[in-house]
Amino acid sequence: MQTQHFFIVGDPLILGADISIILVSAAIIFVLTYFKKWGWLWREWLTTVDHKKIGIMYFISALLMLFRGGVDALLMRLQLMFPNMNLLESEHYNEIFTTHGTIMILFMAMPLIFAMFNIAVPLQIGARDVAYPFLNAVSFWLFFFGALLLNLSFVIGGSPNASWWGYPPLSELTFNPGPGENFYILSIQISGIGSIATGINFLITILKMRAPGMRLMDMPLFTWSVLSSCIVIIAAFPVLTVALFLLFMDRFAGAHFFTMTHGGDPMMYVNLFWMWGHPEVYIVVLPAFGIFSEVVSVFSKKVIFGYTSMVVSLLLISVYAYFTWVHHFFTMGAGADVNTFFSISTMLIAIPTGVKVFNWLLTMYRGRIRMTEPMLWTLGFIVCFVVGGATGVMLSVAPADYQYHNSYFVVAHFHNVLIGGTVFGMFAGMTYWWPKIFGFKLNPTLGKWAFWLWNIGFYVCFMPQYALGFMGMTRRIYTYPDDMGWTPYNVVSTIGAFIMALGFVFQVWQIVYSAKRMDRDVTGDPWDGHTLEWSTTSPAPYYNFAVIPKVEGRDAFWKEKKKRSQPDYKPEKRELKPIHFPKNSGIPFIMGVCFFIAGFGLTFHWVWLGVIGLIGVAATLYARSFQYDTEYVIPVEEIKKTEAALGRDI
Amino acid sequence: MHDDHSEKHPGSTVSYVIGFLLSIVLTIIPLYVVLNHSFSNMILVYVIMIMAVLQFLIQLVFFMHIRESEEPHYNILAIALGIIFVFAIVAGSAWIMTFNSQVQ
Ligand code: HEM
Ligand SMILES: [Cu+2]
Repeated sequence: MQTQHFFIVGDPLILGADISIILVSAAIIFVLTYFKKWGWLWREWLTTVDHKKIGIMYFISALLMLFRGGVDALLMRLQLMFPNMNLLESEHYNEIFTTHGTIMILFMAMPLIFAMFNIAVPLQIGARDVAYPFLNAVSFWLFFFGALLLNLSFVIGGSPNASWWGYPPLSELTFNPGPGENFYILSIQISGIGSIATGINFLITILKMRAPGMRLMDMPLFTWSVLSSCIVIIAAFPVLTVALFLLFMDRFAGAHFFTMTHGGDPMMYVNLFWMWGHPEVYIVVLPAFGIFSEVVSVFSKKVIFGYTSMVVSLLLISVYAYFTWVHHFFTMGAGADVNTFFSISTMLIAIPTGVKVFNWLLTMYRGRIRMTEPMLWTLGFIVCFVVGGATGVMLSVAPADYQYHNSYFVVAHFHNVLIGGTVFGMFAGMTYWWPKIFGFKLNPTLGKWAFWLWNIGFYVCFMPQYALGFMGMTRRIYTYPDDMGWTPYNVVSTIGAFIMALGFVFQVWQIVYSAKRMDRDVTGDPWDGHTLEWSTTSPAPYYNFAVIPKVEGRDAFWKEKKKRSQPDYKPEKRELKPIHFPKNSGIPFIMGVCFFIAGFGLTFHWVWLGVIGLIGVAATLYARSFQYDTEYVIPVEEIKKTEAALGRDI
Repeated sequence: MHDDHSEKHPGSTVSYVIGFLLSIVLTIIPLYVVLNHSFSNMILVYVIMIMAVLQFLIQLVFFMHIRESEEPHYNILAIALGIIFVFAIVAGSAWIMTFNSQVQ
């Protein structure tokens, strides 16, 4: 391979990115060295197995990826703003919608929900950590290095360009001989292992580590939503792993699973991909449903309306999610009975989702509503998701889909549910749990600006795209002639995209400003919360709870607070005991590095490097298998000291 | 993570070795019959499927210790769900892909 193919140098945009990446890396290295922070970084972050810190790292990575994916989006919208624009050539446009889609779904939405899993679930169920803290760190580092591998393709070797689906035959060697598609396959494989592990980890955590007295039907609804999301992860992600593995065998070893020749069948890839792809959208939206349920109930000062029906509909969705995948390729030409079956199964999903919307509305009905930022995001979501859901039902009608398919109608629809659902949901979760993680609230004024900019920007950007879809504008085109009548709609749409970008700027500003200016939350319960995470300090000590809470029924902390306000309340004396706690470990990080080396080697067909990386992976697994001394004991003295420093007496 | 689960590891080395050997044999058989085109296509598909089901059982019994758990509820639920999902994948794909034979 020649160097000018290895490092992408021709394009000024990429050259600029190259230079800025080098400068930023140099600055980071300088700051760490100057302030002697390398040891701190290693001890406190790179080797941590604490779910709260892992949650923060997921969160930061997800925001960075939202930025990268967002810049991609703005570039695309600029290119499409006017007919015959020359900002991006067709090849470059292909690469950008591919990385935008891949990053937004796999390296932005996934880590963002995992951030919320990690930040909230153990605290909500009164546990000291997840079931497998070490595995949790492994999951994070596999995600991290997977994301790094994909982003590297931008400057080294060339980006993938066959869309976030990677459909063959376009993604096969014949049509895509460069390393781009290998980057796509291997980065998703590496982070996918981590996602499956996270699914298993949180399922077990929820089933096995609840505080004494908390039955399944006492769990907070966010925890329920994580449980359902995990079920879907465990069932769906292996299918993606297999599909991508077979595609990789085609490209790497000359197999013919999906080629047009030698008996391969590209449609089988499409089938397998969506068997994961549809459940994936539920994976990322179910946790958002959970967050809204928490927020609506806390800020209406009411218990959630229809708890049981909420749980049932979550679980129904997580099973149903598995039976609708064909709606992504109605036009493939499978018989009418196949299309009818999947058409109806898709429409059925709207029922449990509708149940949830009505439950949220009825929870607010006659509640004492506080218009805080999490509540605003929730209201924004309800409106947005109803629109997205309605267009989804339109798409589910198979004969009509022959019209909508591959048009901007689809682009508008899935942004409607992904931004309105997942992104707004995670923003609600972010602003809701922020004081719990960092110990101070986010500034509400800046937050409201961000909320309104995102919301207005959203409709300005995507409503015209529904119209464009009807007018025949197909997705993934990089330019269009000026006599189509599309121009005004595209101009408006691009303006909307920039309004959303401004919203993002306000959020960054909000975070920086609040870190400097906002008061510390000393109560641990800034919102008058209902669930256990608010019973400990903000931020929670590393062991979460000095004494594991005892739970009676739902909304445990709310009940506890009511009990405490009774005049005859006598606090129970609870005894401190030493805590067994997992030790930090550098192995997950090193394993991530090894996976990265292997992935990088295989991307360029450098088998020797791939083998070195995989040997490294095996070595880390081996080393861990024979580590027996993985826990230590926190003595009562230290717990007392920590609690006293946090202002709590035990 | 607090209590010592490590003590009560079910299963013995012998059962692991037996499971390992059986699963290798069950992998070699389909590979062998496919590479040698031992049967007609239809029969090959059935052979592969039968071996896959046996493989599934071997994994459950020898590695997942399905018979030795204290809480059978979760197990039965999980397996039922797993079977539904696997059925959806295999039967669903077979059904969806039948259009191919009509087109060709
Ligand atoms: C923030 C504002 C966003 C804007 C302005 C935006 C804009 C776009 C544009 C212009 C395209 C390409 C359409 C085409 O040429 O066919 C696109 C595709 C896509 N977007 Fe976004 N997007 C945004 C956010 C998101 C988010 C948050 C997600 C996911 C969570 C997402 C997921 C996708 C996916 C999956 C595709 C399809 C890529 C493909 O065709 O392979 N987008 N988006
Ligand atoms: Cu779908």
